[in-house]
Amino acid sequence: MVPVTSVGADSPVDGIVATVPIVLSLLVAAWALVAAVRHRPPDRMQFVGLAVLEVALLVLTVLALVAVGGGDRPGEPGAFFGYLVTLVCLPPLAWVLARMEPTRWGSAIVCAVCLVTPVVVVRLQQTWEVLGG
Amino acid sequence: MVETGPARQRTNSGPGRLLIAVYLLFAIAATSRAGLQIATKFDEAPVAYLLSGVAALIYIVAAVGLARAGHTGRRVALACCSVELVGVVAVGILSLVDKDLFPDETVWSQFGSGYGYIPLVLPVLGLIWLWRTRRAPA
Repeated sequence: MVPVTSVGADSPVDGIVATVPIVLSLLVAAWALVAAVRHRPPDRMQFVGLAVLEVALLVLTVLALVAVGGGDRPGEPGAFFGYLVTLVCLPPLAWVLARMEPTRWGSAIVCAVCLVTPVVVVRLQQTWEVLGG
Repeated sequence: MVETGPARQRTNSGPGRLLIAVYLLFAIAATSRAGLQIATKFDEAPVAYLLSGVAALIYIVAAVGLARAGHTGRRVALACCSVELVGVVAVGILSLVDKDLFPDETVWSQFGSGYGYIPLVLPVLGLIWLWRTRRAPA
């Protein structure tokens, strides 16, 4: 159960719980990119992907909140919760914009948002790990 | 404000919508970061944090300008993209020449390298998009 490359042993946003949304997000981004290149509007797969991604991010959020409720504290609380809120808003944002734009550019939007999401997850991890916040 | 011209003239559909989405992402990123910096450690680097705040504001206004798509929206977006381009280039040069001026990084430091140089590319894309939608295709 112990992650091989654990940076902060107590971090609730480390390991599989972060890896799953990152991989999911990149998969959706790749799928959406293919659709955009082929001049296709966002298809069902993209919306399902966004929904699954959102569920994975909500699991991450709940685990983080449980850890905070249990007494653990992120290194930079302000930034951490800022990133957390932003993170769970990203897939819905992509969803709404993609619905508004049923062209290849809708797929491009899904791709762009799904490329940003892994970055935010990594930043989230970094704001937890900083010591002495 | 409904634009009655041909669909291609509008800045808020097609590629424009992608542009608005990226502007929105930057507005969120820059606003929350600047807000946090100004609220918690303003004294450390007032110039840098105020600049982050200004940049954040410009991203928001640019996104709104592009989304409104009317005549006013275009002008607002044009002004924002121009200020952004000048800002990112000026701050990029200044941050390389005089590192003490911006002790903490801003969105525009080192030409936005902390954000994958997107801050440098974004205003250029914005200006190109405004140029391409300036009038209805013949």
